[in-house]
Amino acid sequence: MAFLARRLGFYLITAWVAITVNFFIPRLMPGNPVDLVFDRVRHAISPAALHAFTIAFGIDNKQSLISQYFGYLDQILHGNLGISITFFPTPVSSVIRGGLPWTLFLVGVSTVLSFLFGTLLGMVAAVRRGTWVDALLPVTSFLSAMPYFWMGLLVLTVFAVNLGWFPLSGGYSPTVTPSFTWGFISSALDHAILPAATIVVSSIAGWLLGMRNVMMGTLGEDYVLLAEAKGLPQRRVTFTYAARNAILPNMAAFALSLGFIVSGALLTEVVFSYPGIGYLLFEAVENEDYPLMQGIFLMITLLVLLANLLADVMYAALDPRTREVA
Amino acid sequence: MSTVDVYLRPRGWLRTAVRSPKVLTGLGLLIFFVLLGVIGPMFVGNPSATGPDAYAHPSLQYPLGTTDTGQNVLAQLVDGTSVSLIVGFVAAAIATVIAVAIGLSSAFLGGVPDEILSTITNVFLVIPALPLVIVLAGYLHGASTLVISVVIAVTAWPWTARIMRAQTLSLRRRDYVQSARVAGESTTRIIWFEIVPNEIPLIFAQFLITVLYAILIQAGLAFLGVGSVTTWSWGTMLYWAQNAEALSFGAWWWFVPPGLCLALLGTGLALMNFGVDEIANPRLSSARAKRPSRRMKTKPASDRALTAPDVVVGA
Repeated sequence: MAFLARRLGFYLITAWVAITVNFFIPRLMPGNPVDLVFDRVRHAISPAALHAFTIAFGIDNKQSLISQYFGYLDQILHGNLGISITFFPTPVSSVIRGGLPWTLFLVGVSTVLSFLFGTLLGMVAAVRRGTWVDALLPVTSFLSAMPYFWMGLLVLTVFAVNLGWFPLSGGYSPTVTPSFTWGFISSALDHAILPAATIVVSSIAGWLLGMRNVMMGTLGEDYVLLAEAKGLPQRRVTFTYAARNAILPNMAAFALSLGFIVSGALLTEVVFSYPGIGYLLFEAVENEDYPLMQGIFLMITLLVLLANLLADVMYAALDPRTREVA
Repeated sequence: MSTVDVYLRPRGWLRTAVRSPKVLTGLGLLIFFVLLGVIGPMFVGNPSATGPDAYAHPSLQYPLGTTDTGQNVLAQLVDGTSVSLIVGFVAAAIATVIAVAIGLSSAFLGGVPDEILSTITNVFLVIPALPLVIVLAGYLHGASTLVISVVIAVTAWPWTARIMRAQTLSLRRRDYVQSARVAGESTTRIIWFEIVPNEIPLIFAQFLITVLYAILIQAGLAFLGVGSVTTWSWGTMLYWAQNAEALSFGAWWWFVPPGLCLALLGTGLALMNFGVDEIANPRLSSARAKRPSRRMKTKPASDRALTAPDVVVGA
């Protein structure tokens, strides 16, 4: 429990740093891009929204920096992220809420799949090292050096444009409305297969190589040798002795590289015009929608922290050492 | 142990490195792209010049075809090479300097300063980099290549810093450092003459991975249209290809080459990283670990126990 409490404390600090960075970015940037955007919407904004906007971006310089900062923290704690310029006058929080389920579904499922397959293949690569399996290494590093979004373009060309097996873009067919009906769910799944496959293929190499490297280490340990000497079946030695110990460092790495995978997934969404947060971020960049951009940054950071916390809970369940009283 | 050999002879690792096929292949790919970026632009025309042939297939006149406005794809590809390389190496150089400084100070200061530096490192490790870079670069309108490099460097250092701290803490406890300390060497001298030289293979391996990371982030930024969309880079080509719906027109020659170049350059860097990593950490080498599992099935483990260096059966 002490382990989880310490991790929770760390994530709270990280969330605070992210919020603080978010507060200072518009204030430290040269020029005043926000003023220009602000002038575009000033006439059509409600007094309450105007107030939120000036606090978030420091346009109202009559207040001291400190009171601006606490005003900003107060807004954030109430879930107020300002008004989107792209979808004016919808609040940023509603815009994000619209895209969130899509991203959670796509990125969540494909990340877990990629971790499971990659770890399993990594075990095989470690046990069978010195054979043809080693040829997988250059192949996987080639795959991991490909940008996710480019892989997405290739996948689209082959399977959507040329073969016509899957839809070209979007999250669901325009003929169905989002609801809990089979028609909608099957359409959504049909649209999710290609982007999910892109993320799995692009990110699998990391797990594979990580697991292979750690497992090479555990395979050389004395306890594995002893297990072999006892005449235990190969399968049992591999899974219960070597892999079980190797999986812990891989889990820790998994949590740390979530940010990178999520970044890649955001770009994948753009290629597939998938209606998640990544595509919103793209639209925000195109329209110089700073409130939306910053809201998305904050939201993604909080989600990654939450995912890290979940990974820690799993880690604590797998590793008895974390449960010791420190 | 060869680990010790490598650590004790700082220049030995370089000689071993150039004999590794992985390092040589990677180096070959890297040199190819450096040459392409440096002397290539002299041989191709203006990448921004439009022409009458839109969406021309690859031909003798246009080896990689043309874009929707009749621009020569090969010219763009060659011209964009240098941007990827510059961003990659400049960002990685800045990030590595920050990382080494923070990692070393964290390990040597200890106590509260170490706690603070480690926490900062871990915080920046978890914050997702791409959205942060997008927000930063989004405010810097049409930021130049160098500004983009600095922004990427801000998010690229924590991983290396963490590894440097762990490695320094481990080296500090080695006997040779302890004896240097007893012999009265100053901390500065111990850091620069005993510790850092032995960390160079590690720093180099991390530098290569950071270059790859920076190149991929730059490509992502350019693809989103963050920064200058008129500076030719592989990411910018993909941005324009996506905007012109090159995909629906079946213009594969427009978006396949830039991604392929990114992947090849990335593979080269990754191979060099593996090669150097295997030298710094010989356990990872598959060539040395010729201990096929097939043998373990057929023969009892006893013969292995006898050859294994530090195992006493029945102890």
